[in-house]
Amino acid sequence: MTKVLDPTNEATPTDIPRVARPESLEGLTVGLLDISKPRGDRFLDRIEERLVERGLRVERFRKPTFTKPAPVDLRHEIATKCDVIIEALAD
Amino acid sequence: MSLRQSVALPEGLVAVVKRDCPTCELVVPVLEQLANQIGLTVFSQDDPDFPAGVENKHFDEDLSVSWHHTIDTVPTLLAVENGKEMARTVGWSRSHWESVSGVSGLGTELPEQRPGCGSLSVDPSLAADLELRFGDLNFSARRVEFAALEDTHEALYDRGWTDGLPVVPPSEARVLAMLRGTSRSPDEVIATVPPDLAPCTVEKVAINAVMAGCRPEYLPVVLAAVEAVCTETFNMHGLLATTMPHAPVLVVNGPIADEIGMNSGNNALGQGNRANSTIGRAVQLVIRNVGGGRPGEVDRAAFGSPAKVGFCFAEREADSPWPPVSTMYGFEPGTNTVLAFPGEAPRNLVDQLSRDPESLARTYAANLISIQHPKLVLGFDAILAVAPDHSRVFSEAGWSREQLTERITELTVRPGSELIRGAGDIPEGIPEAMKDLDLPKFRPNGLHIVHCGGAAGLFSAIIGGWVNGDMGSNPVCVEITP
Repeated sequence: MTKVLDPTNEATPTDIPRVARPESLEGLTVGLLDISKPRGDRFLDRIEERLVERGLRVERFRKPTFTKPAPVDLRHEIATKCDVIIEALAD
Repeated sequence: MSLRQSVALPEGLVAVVKRDCPTCELVVPVLEQLANQIGLTVFSQDDPDFPAGVENKHFDEDLSVSWHHTIDTVPTLLAVENGKEMARTVGWSRSHWESVSGVSGLGTELPEQRPGCGSLSVDPSLAADLELRFGDLNFSARRVEFAALEDTHEALYDRGWTDGLPVVPPSEARVLAMLRGTSRSPDEVIATVPPDLAPCTVEKVAINAVMAGCRPEYLPVVLAAVEAVCTETFNMHGLLATTMPHAPVLVVNGPIADEIGMNSGNNALGQGNRANSTIGRAVQLVIRNVGGGRPGEVDRAAFGSPAKVGFCFAEREADSPWPPVSTMYGFEPGTNTVLAFPGEAPRNLVDQLSRDPESLARTYAANLISIQHPKLVLGFDAILAVAPDHSRVFSEAGWSREQLTERITELTVRPGSELIRGAGDIPEGIPEAMKDLDLPKFRPNGLHIVHCGGAAGLFSAIIGGWVNGDMGSNPVCVEITP
């Protein structure tokens, strides 16, 4: 019998279920997150136009840099203000 | 009384011997003399019948007496009173044995003295097992048992713990031996490893270092490297998650490089040297196993590179025309350091004809300008590895590292109008707003000139960097502590 020591962090991942997708965007606030990759803004500008045409409320957000996770305050702000979020991964 | 002495010794004179030791054979008449005159208890490590002429003997088969009483050499003679060791001598020395035993005229036919042999309890092949059996070390890591019919190597691979190459099974004995390579406590948390942001102990690093194939003396370098890459400044999360192929490239400076047998010469960036090959791999296994960073998951590299298996080498300091690269980070020459640089696989640069520093600097500039894209400037650092046949040109001309860096930087300056998006009919480039600026390829301190490589070959090598600066990653240089 071979016995070895576990090289992993031994953490049990917590499975947090996603919020169910809404049937319709009617009356919801849509967040648009730009991760600061080139031309992500163009894509989101166009999405914003289409959403506003449909009479939806849109909030824009931007990560300081695409190389790092979004700061916790930004994540909190998005969660507080928006019902759904669209993230532009670009390029 | 320390824990290690909790196995009691008998009263009076005690000798620990093994038959395999010529000095123990030599002193058999003395052991018999002492046994007859004042009484003696003998513990034999390897043969229950040795020495034949002494009645009161015990077989220390599991080496418990030897280990608990820290017997390093045989023969060892001890004087015990009220359970306490009052005196000890090792090897054979008539005067010492007479002093410990209080008996004169011992072994008059023997030479005056003879050194002893190593005790079985300190035999390198047994020491770790004995420490596990008798010591007080408790691993925090979960023990994982494999069935007798499981192939250990397949089982380790199946659990997702390897980089695709075989690993050394991290048995308790091997991890214990690895931990002897550092004075740091196994439970010390040295880093928070991305992407899972898992706290990482010295013990977890040691387990992964065993798997990577490290020797214990490499562990301080691995620990320092893990600390360096897990800093906010280095941004290991971004380096792992990026679609670019980069990885931590580790450059070791200071006497430790020679002490642990690192290669800074022939094939320094290649295979064949255990320290070079396994230190970088250990860091990558820590990212994978402790951090949870795996290709295709958080690791989104489009291509990856051989550097992602592990990339570590030492600077060739002995005949370098320049001080160690660690001095760029404020360390004194002679300090043991590891530089973590976010880099890609190296590529070779040929100039077999230049014999003056200016022309060689031009060759360097012409090649360096193409890192990632000739029209992308100030975005990517680089390591320029200069081999001795090239470095000689600079040492003979008296060019310092700063002078060479400055000249290369000047030679890479190009007008913004040639670099902006669309210039040269190439959409890739820098923003239009920078068209009136003259821009160099590198930011200040972005170019790292490192002396390494074999003595023959009029080459240098380029290791291109990742997104540099606060928006991406900054190289991090840290001191290696024992």
